[in-house]
Amino acid sequence: MKIAVCIKQVPTREWQPRLNDAHTWIREQDVSYEMNEPDAYALEEALRLREKHGGEVVVCSAGPTRVQQVIREALARGADRALHVEADALGSADAFVTAESLAAAMADERFDLVLTGLQSDDQGHAQMGVILAERLGVPHSTIIMEIKVEEGTIRVKRELEGGWFQWIAMPLPALLTIQSGINQLRYATLKGIMAAKKKEIRKVALPGGLQPAQQIVSLSMPTRSKQTQMIAGSAPEAARELVRRLREEARVL
Amino acid sequence: MILVVAEQRDGRLNRATWETIAAAQALSANDMPMKVVALGASIGPVAQELAAAGVGEVVATEHEALATYTPDGFTMALRRVIESLTPTFVLLPHTYQTRDFAPVLAARMRASLITDVTGINGSGASATFARPMFQGKLAADVRPQGAAPFLVSIQIGAYRADTVKKGSAASITSVSVDIDAAAIRQKPEPPFQEAKQAVDLSQAERIVSVGRGIKSQENIAIAETMARAMGAEIAASRPICDNGWLPMERQIGSSGQTVAPKLYVALGISGAIQHLVGMKGARTIVAINKDADAPIFEVADYGIVGDLFEIVPALVKELEKA
Repeated sequence: MKIAVCIKQVPTREWQPRLNDAHTWIREQDVSYEMNEPDAYALEEALRLREKHGGEVVVCSAGPTRVQQVIREALARGADRALHVEADALGSADAFVTAESLAAAMADERFDLVLTGLQSDDQGHAQMGVILAERLGVPHSTIIMEIKVEEGTIRVKRELEGGWFQWIAMPLPALLTIQSGINQLRYATLKGIMAAKKKEIRKVALPGGLQPAQQIVSLSMPTRSKQTQMIAGSAPEAARELVRRLREEARVL
Repeated sequence: MILVVAEQRDGRLNRATWETIAAAQALSANDMPMKVVALGASIGPVAQELAAAGVGEVVATEHEALATYTPDGFTMALRRVIESLTPTFVLLPHTYQTRDFAPVLAARMRASLITDVTGINGSGASATFARPMFQGKLAADVRPQGAAPFLVSIQIGAYRADTVKKGSAASITSVSVDIDAAAIRQKPEPPFQEAKQAVDLSQAERIVSVGRGIKSQENIAIAETMARAMGAEIAASRPICDNGWLPMERQIGSSGQTVAPKLYVALGISGAIQHLVGMKGARTIVAINKDADAPIFEVADYGIVGDLFEIVPALVKELEKA
């Protein structure tokens, strides 16, 4: 089976947001990056499918030169080769532009299965994978927690809200967006990191004429919907004060 | 015109539909007419329920192939409806179902889709839309690009269903769609629940909930000790259950349970939107987190910025004093 995994490089969880002067994007020079977590689960699932059914895993990413960090990491974890649509403008692109640029780079490869995370931890549109399915002309399903490959088809377990699930069958080729927690992640071994250095990363230019579907007018720190009473002091002091307020003010203890 | 896409299952509208109608009324500001479309195999009672609310003309779209939701079927049907009604905006509830088909619908129509919207700035065609970005660490104000229709999905709980302004009963019209059932590629099976939910957290009066900040499985015991001292149930955010540190049925959030206890204590939970939708209805929310900028503090009544491994034992001591 020829499997593609689309991964995105996003700011780390520990990143403290800082804005550019125009307040239209983040200050990128302050950011350290990592692989988008749901995409890491998609990669792991692809590696497991390859172990079971054979074939190859191709990692695909759209972004500036810096995204090679997560491409190398994916190769070190076991992906066979990579496609990189490289352009500075892709660092802040919306889901539509990202999907169009990946579709152009991936179409000729004729993948049997395309996996990606259900959404990114940066812009979080939760659209890229689904738009990519449309552009590649393949059926899709989202928020997947289990994949069973059968002859020419797949059966996938889709998560619904509130603890419900549903099995869905569809023909291959297909695209699935993967929910975090579908499997247990593996980490790169030293051997994997060494092997990754020799693996191919094919660079693809950004197709011309892509128009964004939305524009960020401004970014800001979120405003609080509630008047939060912050309790200061040492741990024993704060604990005493919190318990007092929960008993006397909120009356919930 | 603003078109709202209602969501129903087995003839029952969900609350998110009414919240989306409330958002559409805010977007319209009494200036744009509104219609509501309901899709299904036999949609009569749902259409009548919507019409009775008098929020705008109800459009019933019925077809055998829409009996069960599939992304292909709903995309084909809604595309026809939108092309026939030519709305400026299409508003949808930001449910797992909308997430599954709305991006295809937008891509196929070359239309803009803004997801997970929490607020509307201005009204009418020049409106911009507020949505969280970077896991809720930042709020974005976003404008759709290109030509109408503009698709917008409204976050669960962002608008209140009970603020919908109702009017006198509206008329029901229909838009017929021609769907080739053989062209629907996804074959869904009936929904099921994994295990009988042993714990019904929705009935708990107090909940102590743990997030990534708890750091390891061994540390869960610290939170459990506090839950006992408070007479609370233990619960968790998604990553904790993904790691198997607590069972899935103790997960709070969009993929887990929705709770509204008297007291909700969030230990080391950053407060991603998927978690907040499951607990922001709690009467009193306490957040303990080392990161003063964590989004959980936006919904908290009481907050302590600090090391939970120092604060929680101190709290247990304090609770056991009385």
